[in-house]
Amino acid sequence: MTMEIASARTAVAKPPAPGLISRRVLGNVALGLVLLAVPFWLPLVGGYTDLASRVLIYALAAMGLNLLLGFTGGLSFGHAAYFGLGAYGVGLMLKYETHSILLALLVGTLVGGIAATLLGPIAVRRRGIYFAMITIAIGQMFYFLAVRWNSLTGGEDGLTGFSRHPIKLPGLTVPMGSVGFFYLVLVCFGACALLLWTVLNSPLGHTFVGIRENYKRLIFLGVRTKRYLAISFAISGFVVALAGGLNALLDNFTSPNTLNYTLSGDFLIIAVLGGMRNFWGPLAGAVIFILVRDYVSSITDNWMTVIGLIFVLSVLFFPLGILGFFNRKSAS
Amino acid sequence: MSFLVLDSVGRRFGALRALSDISLSVESGELRAIIGPNGAGKTTLFNLISGFFPPTEGNITFEGAPITAVNPTELVHRGIIRTFQITEIFLSLTVYENLRIAVETAMGLNLRPWISRAQRAAVAERIAELAAIVRIESKLHRVAGELSHGDQRVVEIGIVLAKSPKLLLLDEPTAGMGDEETRHMTDLIRRLNKEQHITMLFVEHDMAIVFGIADRITVLDNGKMLAEGNAAEIAANPRVQSAYLGDAGLGNAA
Repeated sequence: MTMEIASARTAVAKPPAPGLISRRVLGNVALGLVLLAVPFWLPLVGGYTDLASRVLIYALAAMGLNLLLGFTGGLSFGHAAYFGLGAYGVGLMLKYETHSILLALLVGTLVGGIAATLLGPIAVRRRGIYFAMITIAIGQMFYFLAVRWNSLTGGEDGLTGFSRHPIKLPGLTVPMGSVGFFYLVLVCFGACALLLWTVLNSPLGHTFVGIRENYKRLIFLGVRTKRYLAISFAISGFVVALAGGLNALLDNFTSPNTLNYTLSGDFLIIAVLGGMRNFWGPLAGAVIFILVRDYVSSITDNWMTVIGLIFVLSVLFFPLGILGFFNRKSAS
Repeated sequence: MSFLVLDSVGRRFGALRALSDISLSVESGELRAIIGPNGAGKTTLFNLISGFFPPTEGNITFEGAPITAVNPTELVHRGIIRTFQITEIFLSLTVYENLRIAVETAMGLNLRPWISRAQRAAVAERIAELAAIVRIESKLHRVAGELSHGDQRVVEIGIVLAKSPKLLLLDEPTAGMGDEETRHMTDLIRRLNKEQHITMLFVEHDMAIVFGIADRITVLDNGKMLAEGNAAEIAANPRVQSAYLGDAGLGNAA
C-alpha cells in the first residue's frame, strides 16, 4: 500500500543530474549551520539548549533504528534495550570507574552495540511479526534485569550518582554545561549521520534496501539475507546505544524506562512520523515529538494524546511521513 | 556429459504426488520448453531444479555434480538462476537501482560499506551493458513499479543476467503480456540463448512461442512425463494432442 503511494509520487524520477546533487549538498550544509547555531537562536524563540540536545539524541536513536526499519525493512520493538544498555553503561562507568565521559560513552556504546550484534542474529531468524515479537522479548529481558538487579542498577528508582565532568583534551578543557554538552551531542550526531549516509550509499546499503524491497529476489541472487539483516541490526544497535549514553549524560540519571518497549515505540513513532524512507525523516520526527512533549506536557499530562492525534493524522495524510514527499531519494 | 540431468525425480506433498519419475537431460546451449496443462507440475519441476525444495525421489546433477540437496543460494553460485511466475523485482526503486543491486551482488560487493571510484565505474559500466542487452536503456531512471508488466519482466531478466547464469529457468516469461511485449520477450530469450550462450528452460503456455523458438520440448501431464522431442515430433505425437491440446489440436495453436 505504502509502496504504491511511494511510486505514484515519484513516477517521474529523474536521473541524478549534477545540479540536484549540489542542491542536496547545499541543503545538508544549511542544516548543519542551523544546528551549529542552535545555542544562539533557540533562546530567542523561547527554547532552551537542553531541549535541543534531547531532540538530537532522540533523532540519533530514531535514525539508528531507521537503518533497520526504513532502509532494511525490519520492524524492531526492542531497540530501547540497546538505548538503555548504552545509558546504564555510561552511568555505571562514570559512577564507579572513570571521570572521562568520552571513555564512558565509548564503553556504553560498545555494551549496547555488542549486545545488538549478539542478539540480532537470533531475531533475524524470523520475519515480520515474529521478528518484532522476538525483539520485544529480548528487550524486556534487559528491562526486568535492570528492575531486579537493585544493587547495581538502583532498581526502579533508577541509577543516580554520576554527572558530566568537563572533557580534558591535551591543552584544552571543554566545559560540559548545557552548551558544551549540546556540541558534544551534535558531534556524535554528525559523525553517526555521516556513517549512516556512507553505508546507505554503498553496496552494503543497497543490499539493505534490496532486502526491504524483495528479500526473495535477493535470496535467488545468492545473497544470504539474514546475515545482512543482522548487520543492519548491529549497526543500528551501536547508534542507538550511543544515543542512550548521551541521554544518560543529559539527565545525569537513567532508569529502567530507558530500556522499556514503550520507548522503542516512541522511536518508531518518531521515525514513521518524520518519514522512514527519508534520511532526515527521524530528525523531523524528533523535532515534532520532543517539542510537543515539552510544550504540551506543561499544560496537560495527556501529551501522548496529542502525539497520538498527530501520528494518526500524519499516517492518514502523509503516509510517507512529514519529509516523505519531498525527496524519496535523499539517501539512495 | 549432459549439462543438466534429472534421474527418476519425484516430489510428494503429503499424499499428493506432484511429480513422479521425471528423467530428462538438457544439453549445454539448449533452449528447452516445458509445457503441460495447469497442474502438470511445471513449476514444481522448476522449484526442484532451483533448490526451492528438494525432490523426495531421484537425483539431479548439474555439470556432472549432484545438486539434489543443494540450497538455492549455493545453486545460484553454481550458475542456476530463475525467474518466477510473479515478477520479483525491487518495485519502489528505479530500474538503474534494480540492476545496481544485482551487479554489486554479482561482483561480490554486498558486504562493502564503501567502494572505490574505479569499482563504482565498473558497476556503472556493467549496468549499462545489461541495460543494453535487455534493451531497457531508455527507462533506466524510471521507478520499476511504474513500468508496464512486460518491462518489469525485462528488468527481472536484466537482474538475473547480472549473475552470468549458466542455466536460466524462466517461469512463464510472457504470461499476461500484450503482442508487442511478447515479441520483445521472445526475441530476448532467443538472443540470450544464441548470443550469450545461456542454456535455458522455460515454462510457456503460448504454443506459437514454444514451437517457434524451443530446440526441444518436454511435455508434462499430471506430474508425469508425457513426451519429449523437437517441435515436429511433439506436434505429431498423438498422446500430446489428446492429453494436452485436446480437441483444438495443434493446427490452431501452432
